[in-house]
Amino acid sequence: MKESLNLHFPVDGEDFTSAGQASVQVKKTLRQIGLHPEIIRRVSVAMYEGEINMVIHAGGGEADVHVYEDRIEIILTDHGPGIANIDQAMQEGFSTAPDKIRSLGFGAGMGLPNMKRNSDSLRIESTLGVGTTIYMTINL
Amino acid sequence: MKIATIKELLDAEVVCGNEYIDREMNSAFGSDMMSDVLAYANNQAVLITGLVNPQVIRTAEMLDMLCIVFVRGKTPTAEVVALAKESGMILLRSEKKMYEACGRLYEAGLGRNGDCV
Repeated sequence: MKESLNLHFPVDGEDFTSAGQASVQVKKTLRQIGLHPEIIRRVSVAMYEGEINMVIHAGGGEADVHVYEDRIEIILTDHGPGIANIDQAMQEGFSTAPDKIRSLGFGAGMGLPNMKRNSDSLRIESTLGVGTTIYMTINL
Repeated sequence: MKIATIKELLDAEVVCGNEYIDREMNSAFGSDMMSDVLAYANNQAVLITGLVNPQVIRTAEMLDMLCIVFVRGKTPTAEVVALAKESGMILLRSEKKMYEACGRLYEAGLGRNGDCV
């Protein structure tokens, strides 16, 4: 296996204010290593939406980013309630976010569709009552 | 369109980042839904919004949106201002409502070459 640059972040589910910090750090790192701006934008948006989802729905989790020569892999893991119906969750506009979250400007039901749109592959593994892991790949 | 012009058109005040007042902006996006901003806005567009929580700054950061106009007289908290300064952003504040603010900028030509959302 080729060497990769590995980044790891815990995502605090209690503090909505700090949500997004991991994505900002990843963006800064990718900029430092000189990746194409369009790649940086796609990784940033995909990861940020995933990070916010973990805080809104799952009580936080862990974010791992692996930068290889030919691709970037993002793995988001949580121990939240799981996703009951993944196909439904992928529909634009469908959201299970509580009202308080909508008042903060989220919960429009665009998160998973945004993640899919900005990644080259998106895989969701989820078990109700156990948690969810999201795997995204962006090719370089 | 220079940010200085945006400030004039919206009778806005600069909350922070006045050193960036001469930046040139090419498009804008008006919304209070951050997920919609991530889905539809162009990179580096002006963000026009009535939301003043820290997530607005993080959302803008993801898309390199370095100019944010808070409409409806909304005032960002000190925490939001601090985050914006860290990211090299300029924040403006206008009493105008979203509809009028967007209308004035659009009418004056911001983003009308096809980049407007």
